[in-house]
Amino acid sequence: MKNSPLHCLLMIAVLLAVAPQLLQAAPAASAAPPAMPRFRFENFTTSNGLPDNHVYSVLVDGDRIWAGTDDGLALYEGGKWKTYTTKDGLAHRAVLSLALDKRTGDVWAGTMAGLSRISGGRIDSFTQLNSGLSNDVVYGVSVEGENVWVATAAGACRMNIRTGQWTLYNERNTPMNEIWVYNVSATPTKVYFAVWGSGVLEYDQKTGRWDKYDDPDGENEMVLFRDQGLIHEIVTSVSYVDNIVWAATYFGDSRYDGRYWHNFLTKDSGLPSNFTNTIKGVNAKRAWFGTDKGLAYYDGVNWAVYRPSLKDGKPEMTVRDAEGKVTPVAVTTAPAHNYVLGIDFQGDDIWVATAKGLSHGIRQKQ
Amino acid sequence: MSWLGQSGMRARAAGFGPLAAAVFTVTLVFFTVAIFPGRGVRADERANPAKEIDYASPLEVLLSPDGARLYVLCQQSEEVRVLDAASYAVIKTIAVGRVPRGFSLSPDGARLFVTNSWDDTISVIDTGAQAVVATWPVGAEPSSVVEDRSGKRLFVANRISSDVAVLDAQTGAEEKRLLAGRGSSYLMLSPDGSRIYGTHVYPNPSPHRTEPESEITVIDAARAVVADRMPLHAIAGVFHAAFSADGRLGAVAEYHPKNLVPIAHLEHGGAFEDTLTLFGSDVGKPVEVPLDELERYAAMPFGVAIAPDKSRIYVTCGGSEMVLVIDAQRLLRFIHAHPAPFALDLSASSNYVVARIPVGRNPRGLALARDGRKLFVANRLDDTISVIDTQTNRVASTIQLAGPKNITVLRRGEQTFYTARQSFQGQIGCASCHIDSTFDGLTWDLEPDGFGRDIVDNKMLEGVKGTEPYKWNGGNPNLPTECGPRTEKYFWRSEQFDDLTLTDLVVYIRSLKPRPNRWRFPGGEMTPAQERGEALFTRAVDKFGKPIPEINRCSYCHSGLKGTNQKLFDVGTRKPTDNSGVLKSAPLTAIALTAPYLHDGSARTLEEIWTVYNPEDKHGRTNDLTKDELNDLIEYLRTR
Repeated sequence: MKNSPLHCLLMIAVLLAVAPQLLQAAPAASAAPPAMPRFRFENFTTSNGLPDNHVYSVLVDGDRIWAGTDDGLALYEGGKWKTYTTKDGLAHRAVLSLALDKRTGDVWAGTMAGLSRISGGRIDSFTQLNSGLSNDVVYGVSVEGENVWVATAAGACRMNIRTGQWTLYNERNTPMNEIWVYNVSATPTKVYFAVWGSGVLEYDQKTGRWDKYDDPDGENEMVLFRDQGLIHEIVTSVSYVDNIVWAATYFGDSRYDGRYWHNFLTKDSGLPSNFTNTIKGVNAKRAWFGTDKGLAYYDGVNWAVYRPSLKDGKPEMTVRDAEGKVTPVAVTTAPAHNYVLGIDFQGDDIWVATAKGLSHGIRQKQ
Repeated sequence: MSWLGQSGMRARAAGFGPLAAAVFTVTLVFFTVAIFPGRGVRADERANPAKEIDYASPLEVLLSPDGARLYVLCQQSEEVRVLDAASYAVIKTIAVGRVPRGFSLSPDGARLFVTNSWDDTISVIDTGAQAVVATWPVGAEPSSVVEDRSGKRLFVANRISSDVAVLDAQTGAEEKRLLAGRGSSYLMLSPDGSRIYGTHVYPNPSPHRTEPESEITVIDAARAVVADRMPLHAIAGVFHAAFSADGRLGAVAEYHPKNLVPIAHLEHGGAFEDTLTLFGSDVGKPVEVPLDELERYAAMPFGVAIAPDKSRIYVTCGGSEMVLVIDAQRLLRFIHAHPAPFALDLSASSNYVVARIPVGRNPRGLALARDGRKLFVANRLDDTISVIDTQTNRVASTIQLAGPKNITVLRRGEQTFYTARQSFQGQIGCASCHIDSTFDGLTWDLEPDGFGRDIVDNKMLEGVKGTEPYKWNGGNPNLPTECGPRTEKYFWRSEQFDDLTLTDLVVYIRSLKPRPNRWRFPGGEMTPAQERGEALFTRAVDKFGKPIPEINRCSYCHSGLKGTNQKLFDVGTRKPTDNSGVLKSAPLTAIALTAPYLHDGSARTLEEIWTVYNPEDKHGRTNDLTKDELNDLIEYLRTR
């Protein structure tokens, strides 16, 4: 048996199976982990001015930070928090999404009961009863030129700020099978929609044509072929940057360059969880992921995860290199909570909306 | 004299009671104007009483930086007249666009920008060449324009789109639009050039039957973004603003309507307070100060100027036909000594108003000479410029602008419309509520039937001809009744119009044409959404294939060019406070502009007419529509 052909075959098989790990392990043991961004996190909660710890969304506007919480829209300016509520005209206390009109400085807030425009301190709210808004539950909002694009629980819509005209997008005029639209990312060329249960929808601004990207495996919870297409139908977030679509689902994430898909799962990437609430592309290579198990950064090769430890809650940062080696990095701070719902950037800094507070990641020199 | 006036008194003298006297008055006026339309009209105008003549109608005035030239914006003749500021001789007349409303000089005085409100353009005049060198398209109904100090950007207030457009000052290319107050109309650059202050003539949306809310929109001139909004609580109708030369005192002219209490009792406290809001570091927190005094009202304040030495504030009062002179230092001392709100205190203004200078009809824009010794006032409705000696507070001379000498019925009617002379103590005029002959965006409690009964939304006057009966309940059969006995009884509480004056007024109101509809293409073609909406408007079968009864079709009640079949219906919108639910089918003219909606203004938007106030499909069959389809219907309605 020892020298039998069967034994040889088994040995070859074992060698083939363990060879990659052996090959990876040897150099990694001596190499330092890749340099990934390090932050000192300052966290805001009700104890230091935030109106509510449940923060759904965050938006950076220069030196001003907007936080959409479960109990109002908070503005951090000059070291102080100010909160806008329904008494100020906000459509609802729970602010799920935020977008900045960079030309005018106006902020658009998607809430549980309508869409609000905050302009110079004045708030005007649009609802399904008083305007053309398709539904009051506004999960996502994005501003592009004179158009405000809105993702709602009953389809998507677009309001032209100049004319006041609303255009609705739903199962009647798009390939949207489900109308639960979670997120929208609008640019002058393309607009992408994350649809819960209906994949990613693409709208070409020039041609007015729609395209749809689905999970090739349908509603199967199996990935039959890697990188065959969108990772899952239940899409929660989409970000279109540098002609790249970054899409988050509750079952992993995807990157699409117009021709090829690349998917990210915990089993074959540094993603801390497949359950991803939000995704934000930095450019064609780099992106941030907000999951239920921490904040993750992907630089095109390596991964970094920032979170309170799942075991003991202590601040934790880990780096996963191209070979899959995970190295802990000593840190003293972490985002307020692992359940990350929103991300925005302030220069090299990052702001993170979590289920238990808002975090300001202050970039540290390395 | 009582509101019954001479005709009523004749009836009383003949032994009839007050009711009969009123009926007699109504009947007489009706017969005078409706049955014998030539009666009461001056002989030379009988052939064409509504004939339009291009009066100059000076609306605004400006002095060149060196003070040598006086620019006069003539709205009706659609031109800028350039006068020698010393001799008042006309140097040049420059034609501009349709219905110009505002103008301003570039900081160096080299260019004069004119907003042409009805063709949505800016005329750029080279003041050296005294000619229009460019015409730039802008937003809907541009009304005011200022250039920033650097000469990089031009800011334009657009009344219909309620925004401020930001343009490249060299090319006219539009960079963006900033959200302003509703009916964005007047802009002012701060003395240091860092801020632009914008005002608006219609109130911002607010909950039904609450006090109106307006604002001063403060724009960061360098960044071209809205930096702040100064709230103007209980204000509806905000006009020109001015700053002192040191930038420490700002003042804005405004209306403070009392629309939540019955207007029927004008003599019990008035329908409006005419006020200024002061702001700036001299003031601290903005404060509203009254201009009115008992029996000496300052109706329809419009233009404001502050003397270079900050000694005086001048305010034109379009309805009271005068310039109010305020001792600015006494005013500041007064407001610092009286921190509590006193905007409605009719005894306050005697502490700081030092003169009331009668000028021409409907004074509007004003300009102070650099040394502050002369004040030029544009009297829109008699084609004159009053030149006031500010040392004596008297009109030193009156510049007669060239134009037609005869005064038409139409012109007299317009003068009547804009004056406050007719009302009790000269408190209000038609234009107090119908700003620039339109509407005011407010709901009113008009009738003497108790607080909160029969609330009515104020309606647009343009296109009102041929849409009788009038009033929401159709109670007035024609305009002479609407504008005569009704107005005299409920609004003026004073002198009634004589027959000729009423005829003039009615002729003027009937002449008001709808402004260009910005949602409608000039050639009549429609967008796909408008086409789909029109199909819904005219449909006779609902989405389930069931025939829609004629009375439940949009196109039945809102038929014809003006969108009314002039009949009365109950569309299910009666409120507990209404005496009747039977209402006249409202015209659709310019409906996109005239929020709020329904007879009592309870629908803040067109959408709410159907999403909130049509649960039983009595106001048209609409509950079978999807949200997309309702949006289409509204897109179509905006074209009306």
